Amino acid sequence: MDFMVFQYPMISVQACLDGILLGILFALIAYGMALQWGVMNIINIAQGDLVILGGYIAYFMYLYGIHPAWGVIVAPIIMYFVGVGLYKLVINKVVDRDLFISILATFGISILFMQLMNFAFGADVVLANSGYGTTFLFDSAVVLPNSKIFSAFISILFAICLVIYMKKSKLGRAIRATAQNARAAKILGVDTEKVYAATFGINAALCGVAGALISITFTIHPYMGLPYTIRSFMIVIVAGLGNLPGVALSGMGLGVFEEFADYILGTEFRIGAVFLLLVLILVYRRFKLSRKREYLK
Amino acid sequence: MNKNLILYAAILVFGVLAPFIFPAFKVQLSILCVLIVLALTWNIQGGEMGYNTFGNILFYGLGMYLCASVQVGMFFPLAEWTESGGEKTFVHTPAQFFQGMAVGLVVAAVVPTIVAGLIGYAILGLRGHYFAICTLGLGVAAGEISGGIEIIGAGQGFTTPPFPDVGGLEARGEFFYLLSFGALVLTFIAVRAIYSTRFKLILNAIRDNEDKAEAMGIQTMKYKIIGWMISAFFCGLAGGIMGGLVGYIDSTDVAFDGREMGVFMVLMAILGGKGTLWGPVIGATVFHIFKEGFWTFFLGWQYVALGVLIVVIVIYFPEGIMGWLREKFPERFGETIDEADRKAQVELK
Repeated sequence: MDFMVFQYPMISVQACLDGILLGILFALIAYGMALQWGVMNIINIAQGDLVILGGYIAYFMYLYGIHPAWGVIVAPIIMYFVGVGLYKLVINKVVDRDLFISILATFGISILFMQLMNFAFGADVVLANSGYGTTFLFDSAVVLPNSKIFSAFISILFAICLVIYMKKSKLGRAIRATAQNARAAKILGVDTEKVYAATFGINAALCGVAGALISITFTIHPYMGLPYTIRSFMIVIVAGLGNLPGVALSGMGLGVFEEFADYILGTEFRIGAVFLLLVLILVYRRFKLSRKREYLK
Repeated sequence: MNKNLILYAAILVFGVLAPFIFPAFKVQLSILCVLIVLALTWNIQGGEMGYNTFGNILFYGLGMYLCASVQVGMFFPLAEWTESGGEKTFVHTPAQFFQGMAVGLVVAAVVPTIVAGLIGYAILGLRGHYFAICTLGLGVAAGEISGGIEIIGAGQGFTTPPFPDVGGLEARGEFFYLLSFGALVLTFIAVRAIYSTRFKLILNAIRDNEDKAEAMGIQTMKYKIIGWMISAFFCGLAGGIMGGLVGYIDSTDVAFDGREMGVFMVLMAILGGKGTLWGPVIGATVFHIFKEGFWTFFLGWQYVALGVLIVVIVIYFPEGIMGWLREKFPERFGETIDEADRKAQVELK
């Protein structure tokens, strides 16, 4: 335990800013999860592994001398096809079935991806150096790497583009219609199979963007996927499905929580704190709902 | 009934004699026993109660740490033991080792049961996928947190007391085999006993429709917690034995190993057929043979194979071996088939 963070207010400011910039990235991943959960009613445990895969695409561009920021454009294009392929191979067989089947099947995909990435890219912790420098605020008391600001900006840009796309385009309308009532959408001539594939592809593409940004700002490692899945799941259940401002806010809240947990408990408990928070949120939710059920009685 | 008794007696005799018939496979057979115990306990939740948990690994890991800690802590200072290779400075005498093991196993079984009872009210109120994800989080959180605690070895792991010098490697293998086989027999008898009572029917009612079960006047929460405590008891016991067998405890790779053991128990029960008594036993045996073959011949690709196996089993084979047998030979399961009805169904297809 270390309470430095409360004795020096500037560290709190640092933690808050770091957390908010990090949380925006989480919110982008959570948006993808909310999309597929809402439309296809599946929970994708492999979400975090898609993120890491996107990160490795950007990292490889960096290795071959291309600036990793271009990964923000390349990774989603590749990941879209990975997502559609995954849908055609596995996900289309679990869409209409029990949620646990989808959880377990995507858990299998997650293990598969983890190990394949471990083979292909090695088990080292890597990062793609963007060379963006740092910004100093408040007489150098707060240090913000420019890459974090860049990643937050790009995340917001992608989120806004996607929201507009979902509102205006034909496919976006088809996706929203399928989410509301798949059967009715089918009757009215929406090819739900195509919509599902596109939804999963868009989700994977979002993961790709987030992964590319994570490889620039933080580090990536083949086994780091599961925490991202859990974070996005947590954000979605706190915000509720289809509540975009809520997703953004709870994402930032989670980011700030993590930074403070990092300072107070120590880095070794950071992931543990995230998972424990998930358990606490679910338990809180359970007691809140059970109270509601008692009213009904 | 009589035929069953002969079958059980034959299995028991074979089980006791197995390490002497196949001396080379003693460790593998012990691991198989532990795997069957885990599959049987998972089946109480996942199969009979319909609560698909990833969190039983919590009790397994807890039991593992507790058994080893008690075994060391009864005679030597625990902090010094884990600090830097304490097993070289302190040596258990045979009497100390077995005493410690006995007390450790009792603690390893009882404490997880209490933990399950305490957290059960909060966790088991969750339904469906929320429960699954919550228990997944619980298991990973336990692994991450125990990986940061100094006194049980933190990140560098915890070496369990080495087997004392009585009979060497042979005796060690036989001791742990008989221990794990004993745990298996105990678990099987307990599970079989509770499956023949009203308790099983209540669990099945919860699985089929919890709200209706509650409306019928069953205190579902009570039975869910009791079911989870039974699972925790045997998971903890299995964990304690496995800790001694492996000889080394690491927080995320051995004890709270959600990526291996935590998934294995789900997979074994589903492969054998969930919701049956013999399903987990058959599933675990088939899975263990497959796994060992794969681990030996395709070293390095085992997780790839595991991932593919999970997807294939879950998508194409969700009823498991027992479910498949039941569909093939319904008469053996005491089901009567109306021939006319079957023909009509074939015609419909």
